[in-house]
Amino acid sequence: MESLSNKKKLVESKPLNFLERAYLPAIAKGLGITIKHFFKKPVTISYPEEKREYSENFRGMHSLKRDENGKERCTACGLCALSCPAEAITMIAAERQKGEEHLYREEKYAAVYEINMLRCIFCGLCEEACPKEAIYLDGPHVPSDYLRKDFIYGKDKLVEAPLNQ
Amino acid sequence: MGTAEIIIKIVLVVIVFAISLVIAMYSTYAERKIAAFLQDRVGPNRAGPWGILQPLADGGKMFLKEEIIPTNANTFLFIAGPSLAIMTACIGSAVIPWGQKLTIGSYTFDLQIADINVGILYIFGVVSLGVYGIMIGGWASNNKYSLLGAIRAASQNISYEIAMGLSIIALLMTTGTLSLGHIAAQQHGFWNGHYFSWNVFSQPLGFLIFLVCAFAETNRSPFDLPECETELVGGYHTEYSSMKLGFYLFAEYINMFVSSAVMATLYFGGYNFPFMDLIHSQNLVTILGTVFLFGKVFLFIFFFMWVRWTIPRFRYDQLMDLGWKVLIPLAIANIIITGVVMQFIK
Amino acid sequence: MSTFYFIAFLSIFFSILVITARNPVHSILYLILTFFTFTIHYILMNAQFLAIVNFIVYMGAILVLFLYTLMLINLNKESEPRKSNLVKIAGFIGGACFLITIVAALKAFKMSDSVVTQNNDLGLVKNLGKILFNEFLLPFEISSVLLLSAMVGAVLLATKDPKAA
Repeated sequence: MESLSNKKKLVESKPLNFLERAYLPAIAKGLGITIKHFFKKPVTISYPEEKREYSENFRGMHSLKRDENGKERCTACGLCALSCPAEAITMIAAERQKGEEHLYREEKYAAVYEINMLRCIFCGLCEEACPKEAIYLDGPHVPSDYLRKDFIYGKDKLVEAPLNQ
Repeated sequence: MGTAEIIIKIVLVVIVFAISLVIAMYSTYAERKIAAFLQDRVGPNRAGPWGILQPLADGGKMFLKEEIIPTNANTFLFIAGPSLAIMTACIGSAVIPWGQKLTIGSYTFDLQIADINVGILYIFGVVSLGVYGIMIGGWASNNKYSLLGAIRAASQNISYEIAMGLSIIALLMTTGTLSLGHIAAQQHGFWNGHYFSWNVFSQPLGFLIFLVCAFAETNRSPFDLPECETELVGGYHTEYSSMKLGFYLFAEYINMFVSSAVMATLYFGGYNFPFMDLIHSQNLVTILGTVFLFGKVFLFIFFFMWVRWTIPRFRYDQLMDLGWKVLIPLAIANIIITGVVMQFIK
Repeated sequence: MSTFYFIAFLSIFFSILVITARNPVHSILYLILTFFTFTIHYILMNAQFLAIVNFIVYMGAILVLFLYTLMLINLNKESEPRKSNLVKIAGFIGGACFLITIVAALKAFKMSDSVVTQNNDLGLVKNLGKILFNEFLLPFEISSVLLLSAMVGAVLLATKDPKAA
């Protein structure tokens, strides 16, 4: 049948001529290619010392943000947990007491906020769902660990470092 | 032979032995580095600056690994295999002329351990003995993959020894001696007034055949079928662990070093280098010659590795085809051509 | 001379081990050692060429092939057939005949004027080559042609028939 795309290529299998059968020219060509690579710069990035730059829209470890006064933005509305397709997020809400105004922005805050990093698929839906711009997946890779329980990250690991410190 | 000479010989033996071990050690490092460079990688760089302590780390690891001897293996032969492999690899370097005469004080001595008048044949004998280490180890492991690897090694070595021997015969017709010392001395300088004096220029085809056979005899890629991972797990050393495995790997690198030295001596002038007659101090010529010889050896070792990381492994029937149907007829043709040309020149 | 007696003792010791070894592979390995002692004998007689040829051809090639075959045919005690009495008797008669021949040969034994002492360097490559290519040229050439034709025949047998392929 006539080819419509003109992309069809007939595979030819001609018997090899003498030079091709003698192997040596082909071997010399191959050696030439490999020696060219010998002088090329290695593409390796020697990780711990050097790190590859993350792209701008890379989604890594979550961080719970603070506002410009250093108060936690999260109000424990639970939308992130609701939107999470992997059900990785759990939280317990608590009421802000007197004297804690400098810690939490809203009257309600998350006393416990846990993300199971083994469940998380880093889809970014929590980020989208959050009405308070409190959670962003802007961290690096989640580091490896030995125990499953160590992958459940609490507020100690998730909340951004306080300002002015 | 006086006591002084015996002491000198013993010192020479120890030095050559130590050098071949160190070179074999650093060949493992070089192999990994060269493989890395050819593949645009960095290679081992953690142990010491640029990773130069890597061989020591590898050796330490090998020694500390658990030593496993399979229950149904023949214990004595299982241990004898790698020992034999490394022993035969080491004794090959005894007849190679590492340099000319060196004079220290009133003593003048050759930088060659034994200039026996059947030097080349000795090398052949040692090479042919090397296969026993692989065969015994492979059989004693009581493992089908090991046995298959051992059998492959045996048939491969015997097949390529013939082509190697025949390629050497043409060389011996031109040199007229079997002694490696004499062959090296005949290739004095680089240009003997009429012609290039190195044998590779008079025996290019013979050199090519010898080179291919050397790859096959040292079980190097593309002829590393005895230890072919894709088909035979680990070939003859499937069951080996710890330093016994280390010995097998080590023996391969020592073999590579010795065969590089043999090729450099037979075809590339050994310790001779261009314009060596312009230097008048004999000791300086000797030392420079040894340096040049090692330079040639390193180039060959580099070539071995370069080829390994370029050419994929042959299939076993292709290997046998190449040996029996291509190299042996070519070697015989080379002998005939050499004879005819020698008649005409005479 | 004491070296000779030591090596001779080793040769005989290993030869006895060859025939008494239970395992055929061990038997071959002892045979290799026996041939190695022969090589040493040749060296003691200053026959370097013969020594090295014995080393390469017998130890390096023929015995490798022996070992190769024995490894493949798996001679276990179970698979070995029971030898009938007839075979045993035949073996005994054969052995006895051999013994008689040896005893008869020993009776005719006398000190020959040894060839080695006439010309000490006979075994060196140069002298051996001169003798082979002068006095024994015809037998030498005939045997070499025989070997070469055997090898060419082997290559020919291994090559596929171009018509059949």
